[in-house]
Amino acid sequence: MKTLFDKIWDAHVVKSVPDGPDVFYIDKHFIHEVTSPVAFLGIEKRGKKVRCPEKTIATPDHNVPTINQSEEIQDVLSRTQVEKLTENCNNHGIELHGLGSENHGIVHVIGPELGITQPGMTIVCGDSHTSTHGAFGAIAFGIGTSEIEMVFATQCIMQPKPKKMRITIDGELGMGVTSKDIILYIISQITTAGGTGYFVEYAGSAIKSLSMEARMTICNMSIEMGARGGMIAPDETTFEYLKGKKYAPKGAEWDAAIARWSELKTDEGAEFDVEYKYDASQIQPMVTYGTNPGMGIAVTGNIPTVEAAAGNAKTFTKSLDYMGFEAGESILGKKIDYVFIGSCTNGRIEDFRSVAKFVKGRQKANHVTAWLVPGSKEVERLCNSEGLTKIFEEAGFVLREPGCSACLAMNDDKIPVGKYAVSTSNRNFEGRQGPGARTILASPIMAAAAAITGNITDPRSL
Amino acid sequence: MAFDKFINLKDTCVPLPIENVDTDQIIPARFLKAIERKGFGDNLFRDWRYNSDGSPKEDFVLNNPKYSGRILVGGKNFGSGSSREHAAWSVYDYGFRVVISSFFADIFKGNSLNIGILPVQVSEEFLQKIFTAVFEDAKTEIAVDIDAQTVTIVATGEYESFDLNAYKKDCLKNGFDDIDYLLNSSDEIEEFEKQHNV
Ligand code: SF4
Repeated sequence: MKTLFDKIWDAHVVKSVPDGPDVFYIDKHFIHEVTSPVAFLGIEKRGKKVRCPEKTIATPDHNVPTINQSEEIQDVLSRTQVEKLTENCNNHGIELHGLGSENHGIVHVIGPELGITQPGMTIVCGDSHTSTHGAFGAIAFGIGTSEIEMVFATQCIMQPKPKKMRITIDGELGMGVTSKDIILYIISQITTAGGTGYFVEYAGSAIKSLSMEARMTICNMSIEMGARGGMIAPDETTFEYLKGKKYAPKGAEWDAAIARWSELKTDEGAEFDVEYKYDASQIQPMVTYGTNPGMGIAVTGNIPTVEAAAGNAKTFTKSLDYMGFEAGESILGKKIDYVFIGSCTNGRIEDFRSVAKFVKGRQKANHVTAWLVPGSKEVERLCNSEGLTKIFEEAGFVLREPGCSACLAMNDDKIPVGKYAVSTSNRNFEGRQGPGARTILASPIMAAAAAITGNITDPRSL
Repeated sequence: MAFDKFINLKDTCVPLPIENVDTDQIIPARFLKAIERKGFGDNLFRDWRYNSDGSPKEDFVLNNPKYSGRILVGGKNFGSGSSREHAAWSVYDYGFRVVISSFFADIFKGNSLNIGILPVQVSEEFLQKIFTAVFEDAKTEIAVDIDAQTVTIVATGEYESFDLNAYKKDCLKNGFDDIDYLLNSSDEIEEFEKQHNV
């Protein structure tokens, strides 16, 4: 009896080092402009070429501008990184979805969209949110630059096998509650360190009922509870999503793949090192109030008091001071300045559809700056062809061009010092969205509601 | 990236008693634009260390001349957040070889080991003892013995053991990285690929 995780892990162990890690084989390696250049330098110093360029896929996403992408990048350092990526891909024969090209986008958005991400695979990228791809029943996790160099040189990394956790969520989600709320709720319960050392499988009827986009949002944020990654067993929803995608198997290969993928589930009675169970109907729309993703509450709730807060009081107080919030107060009605809808957590077409549905016929508050940043060119195209872009414009929003944008503020999309941003991204760390920026994490509809009223609002009340 | 062999050390330390120190604090994203590994130590804890005009913040520990040494002592859940190895580079390039905490985020720990930093995980109780000792006397020395896998407060002789797998210990002591090991395993990798079907 094996878990889903065991099945895939064990099938990728080349060998085990005694009292050490496993030599672990990688099926797909995504790379981007920020964490790859030093790794390319590293293998070149060793006189090596990338061993399996056909298993490597590149796109520049972290520091690209989200306006005027057809023009030269203004910031010299960013431009150099993007150019370096192109040069490295050319030298090593790696497929690049460059800026402005048809399939450009955030690496964790384009992988699934193109059907590159498939069940049963091992997938790595020099980015912790690689965990997103686990939604397809793959083992996917972020790696450091030394490990990127290892994959370049040998298509393997050295990894100790993590422990296994299962989080089961049964029941039905209430109105206005999304997969983003599920994951923010889980992290608020488990804390940002609660998953450290584990790989998570999400299961239960509430998870099974979710679309692929919604599943990706959950797996994406597994890392925010400290877990290496998260995964969901593939099912009809997964197969339906992949069918016909550019890089998905076709014809007889597709049938063989379905047969193989259907075996990818946890056997009845297989054991996990730890299990958590939650009831979906108990989960409310969530927001964060502090400076790590574990500091989340129901939007209708109060910020914990110092006594009630988990962990060190000094760290807690420092965090609230940074946010400009008081312990024990309600968060509803807090004035906000910026709204950012995008990122690999919530920058997919489904997210933009839900925002469009919500803002249709409404107007953005005057004092709010709202950035809508699609996760990929494909999302941008669909927004245009489905008429969403027009709805956004009528409501006072502008749709920008794809990239990571204000999720980590490496480009010009920075939230100014002291300003509040409701963000659909995944990290509310100090300065994450720009020095001194104050981030409130939330779902796309929560962000849309805040953009309309100009303050923290329960979307169910609109 | 090869690194200097890890040699047992006895040194003073820099205390940072904050929990959940994340990788965006260790090295903010805007400093990740380099295409070479250079100068990362200068931006370690950038936003805690410097005002926006570039002047040092006097109350931050790295700017306090009382504290120095190759050992950084951090609060629980050190290094959470992103997979950027730049965080570990910054710590190493600044001059630290050991980070002590009562809990480390996985990726930070792995990255540290890969580039020659020894992450030493101790109990919360022992961590607090170190903080107390260092705040009482900034000259407090800590001894880290990689062979015995112990960390000792030199003045009192109190010590604790820490975990380290034999393989990584070997790498650290010899300045080897995983790539050397993997390149030596290429026959086995080729063998594996022949039967592997995704
Ligand atoms: S959108 Fe944000 S979290 Fe996702 S890959 Fe880009 S920077 Fe990382």
